Formats: sequence, structure tokens, C-alpha cells
Amino acid sequence: MRKGEVFGFLGPNGAGKTTTMKMIQCVSPRSGGALSVFGLDPDKSPAKIKGRIGVVPQETNLDPDFSCIRNLLTYARYFDIPPRAAQERADDLLAFVQLTEKRDVPIDKLSGGMKRRLILARALINRPELLILDEPTIGLDPQARHLVWEKLRLLQAQGNTIVMTTHYLDEASRLCDRLVIMDAGKILVEGAPADLVRQHAAAEIVEVEKSDRVIACLNGENIPYEDAGDMVLVPTGSAQELARTLLDRCHPEKLLTRPATLEDVFLKLTGRRLRD
Amino acid sequence: MAGLFSIPPVTRRCWHVWHRNLIVFFKTWKVNFFPPFIEAFLYLFAIGLGIGTYVQQIDGVPYVNFIAPAILAISVMNSAFFECTYGSYVRMYYQKSFDAIIATPLSIEDVIAGELLWGATRSTMYVSIMLPVLAAFGVIALPLSLLAIPLAFLGGMLFAGIAMCFTAITPSIDTLNYPSFLFITPMMLFSGTFFPLNLLPATFQYAAIALLPLTHVVSIMRMLTLSSLSWTALLSLAWMAAAAFIFCVISVNLMRRRLIV
Repeated sequence: MRKGEVFGFLGPNGAGKTTTMKMIQCVSPRSGGALSVFGLDPDKSPAKIKGRIGVVPQETNLDPDFSCIRNLLTYARYFDIPPRAAQERADDLLAFVQLTEKRDVPIDKLSGGMKRRLILARALINRPELLILDEPTIGLDPQARHLVWEKLRLLQAQGNTIVMTTHYLDEASRLCDRLVIMDAGKILVEGAPADLVRQHAAAEIVEVEKSDRVIACLNGENIPYEDAGDMVLVPTGSAQELARTLLDRCHPEKLLTRPATLEDVFLKLTGRRLRD
Repeated sequence: MAGLFSIPPVTRRCWHVWHRNLIVFFKTWKVNFFPPFIEAFLYLFAIGLGIGTYVQQIDGVPYVNFIAPAILAISVMNSAFFECTYGSYVRMYYQKSFDAIIATPLSIEDVIAGELLWGATRSTMYVSIMLPVLAAFGVIALPLSLLAIPLAFLGGMLFAGIAMCFTAITPSIDTLNYPSFLFITPMMLFSGTFFPLNLLPATFQYAAIALLPLTHVVSIMRMLTLSSLSWTALLSLAWMAAAAFIFCVISVNLMRRRLIV
């Protein structure tokens, strides 16, 4: 991890993303290997490390007995932040996540998006050098998600170092400077999103409908393709050329061309099998 | 079983957890301060005056004076026990508060220690609220009965520790009913509370003294409120202190085992 970068952990369910996050935040023990956070050993100085980290957990675990502001103030006390400083920071952070008008509202009166924003504010109360986000936009509507992205980009611009996990590959492409795709506890690839797409997927993808006629035609033309539900994907260097060939020879009813994305890389590396 | 008896590394940060619970307690202070008052009245009227009309005296002590220390001791037990079973379980499992707190410099040991201290504090508060009511009825001796307040804290730690052991191993909130009905209710009846222990067969008496923590709390409490101290109070105190320490240590280690994976 480099200072000031946004680093992503991607992978299917059960890949070990959350476990990795919990090891970095000194909550889960390691079964093996080396881990150093800020050059410190999580086994020896967990309190020191945790004092410099901010965590947005996957589960919403705000304190339901308190209002928004009280949640932040109570959390500040766990970090031994003096009351006056805590008050100032809490008000600033509420403004930052646009919850100032909800200051004294109890937690159960907040929408899902508001709760996630409050958790983000809570994670920032100790001015962390490292921010850990475990699926920060899970279950949010597009508006709320864009607001969280905007805040994260702002934090990144201020020089914060961020580690995040996500299932949303568009989110990873937008936000991450570097990322790893992992599965079953192993890292499969590492790099910048654009580089990974370039290395592991073709430049463009042509999607055609999956009918017997089209499949037979593709086999006949010796064009390699990938099965993806009701469509087949044909990776290519030039979508325009391939599309013309396919339209001429296979006469598909549906055809669309698009640039390759991180999702193509992800599915290629981890397979299409369903996980739980 | 390794590590069950190892002394957990608790720091002074555990008081932040205690403080958090205190704030919530005072937020709903009306709900929290009313029951001790009412409970003291209920016991005094129903058992003290009702049954007391027939019983009148036990070992030369008016019946209502005899049960007054038992009312205090039972409150010590109930406040700490229910706070650290149902209360702690809700905070741990439903509110996910412990998960949120251990993402800060606090460790799980700090969190559980804070919960135990809070349980003992609930006992202390409960007794402190009941004392003036009992004093107003003239059924306890002053000023010696004021020592019931520190005793409530020690007894509170004892029952908080026992409760937290159950919380650490219970599969769900429903199974917490087992210790409540099979442990707490019998203890409330057979610890020298509403009748003297020496009415029971000798074997039961020894079993009660050896195994029922409430026996010791009732015994010391009665010496205080009747102003009749004896050296056996020291034995009971030692029993309570040792048991409180052991159960608190085990409960923290069990909780660590439950929550850290």
C-alpha cells in the first residue's frame, strides 16, 4: 500500500476480503504470514494501530440508543478525543456528510443512505491516516451511492489513504488507483483497473444472442466465444469489424458492442459459478 | 480449556464502555429509577406486612426487618444478572455495539470489563435507591446499613461475572431463560432470604453456602441492616471476592473466544 492511494480488494463472496480487512484493523488474528500496519505489529500494538485507522464496516452498527451527534461524540470518547475537540469535529463531519439537519435525530429515523453516511463520518472522527471501507455503498440507491463516491474522492484528494472492498466493479474502476482480485484467500491479479482490463480482457466485447443458429455459425467460423446466460460474449480487438462479420454471416437478431470492463476481467478470473 | 483462567489485559479504556451505558441509563432515568422504589414498597407490604402478620418474629427479629436485607440482596443479584445477560446480549448480538467499539483502540477485554463494571454499578444504584425507602420504614439499622452500598458493588461484580459467562455460551437470547429460571429463581428462594437457612436439612445448608452466591450476600447484608456483625462476615466476603474475581476472568476469556474469529 502506498500513502495517499485508494486500494481495492475485489473477489466473490467467501474470497477473504472482509477477513483481510479485519486482520488489518487488528480484530481478527492471523493464521499465518506477515502483516505490518504503519510498520507496527497488530499482535503487539493493536490499540496504537486502531487509533490511527477509521473503519466503515459492512454491517451498519451505529448505536441505536443515541442520536446522530451522540453517536459521533460517544465514538470520539473511545479514541480519547477531548470533549471540546470532539464536538467541533462531530459538527464538521455531520456537515461533510450532509446530515447537519439530522443532528439530533435518533438512528432508527434515518434512511439506509443516511446511516451509511453517518458511519463514514464516524470512521473519520479520529482523523485516520488509513480509512478501511468494507463495501461502503452496499444497498444504497444510485443517488446515495454517488454522494458517497463524491465524499470518498474528496477524501482521496485530501491525501487520505483508503483500503476498500466492493462487489460493485464500476465502483472499483471509478475509485481505486490499484486493486487486487482475490478468490479463496489467494490474490489472483494486482494492478490499476485500466491495466488489468488491458492485460486480462480484450479491448472490446461483442455480445450476441445465444441461439442455436448463432452458436453454430460461431463454431463454423472458428470464432472463440464465452457463454454468459442468454447472450454469448465475443472478445475482440475491433468490435466494429467483428460486428460487421457476424451480422453478414450469422444474422443475429440482437447484437451490441461495448468496451471491455473490469467485470469481464473479474468473471474471467473467478468464473461464473455462483458463490454464497 | 487453555487460557480460560488467564488474566485478561484490561486497560482503563474499559470505563468508556461503562460511561456509554451510564449515559443511556440517565437518558431513560424515569424508567430506571421508578422500579427500585416500587419494588421496595411491594416487598415490604406484601411479604413484610402480609406474611409478617402471621410470622411476626424470626429469631427475635420482626419479620419485616428479617426480609429487608434479603430484598436488598435480591436486588443486587437481579440488577447485575439481568443487565449482563439480556442487556449485554442485546448490545452484543442485536445492536452490534461490541463490533463497533472494538474497531477503536478498545479491545474486546476492555468492552467486557466495562459491561461487568456497569452491571455492578446497576446493583449499586438499585440498592442506593432502595435504602432510603427501607430507612423511612425504620426496618434497617443506620448508619451501618450504608455499607450495603459498597457491598452491592462487590455482589454486583459477582453476579455480573456469572451472568456474562452465560451470555458468552448461550446460543440465543431465548436460552438465557434457563439460567434465569433454573438458577436465579431457586437462589432467590433458598438463600436464607425469606426464611432462615437453618430450617433446611444440614446437607442443603452446606450446599447453599458452598454453591449459592446469594447466601453470602444475604448473610452479610443481614448483619449490616440488623447491626449484628460477626466474624463469619469475613468468610462470606472472602468467598464473594474470590468467586467474583474468578467468574469475571472466565467470562472475559469466554467472550473473547465467542467474538474473536
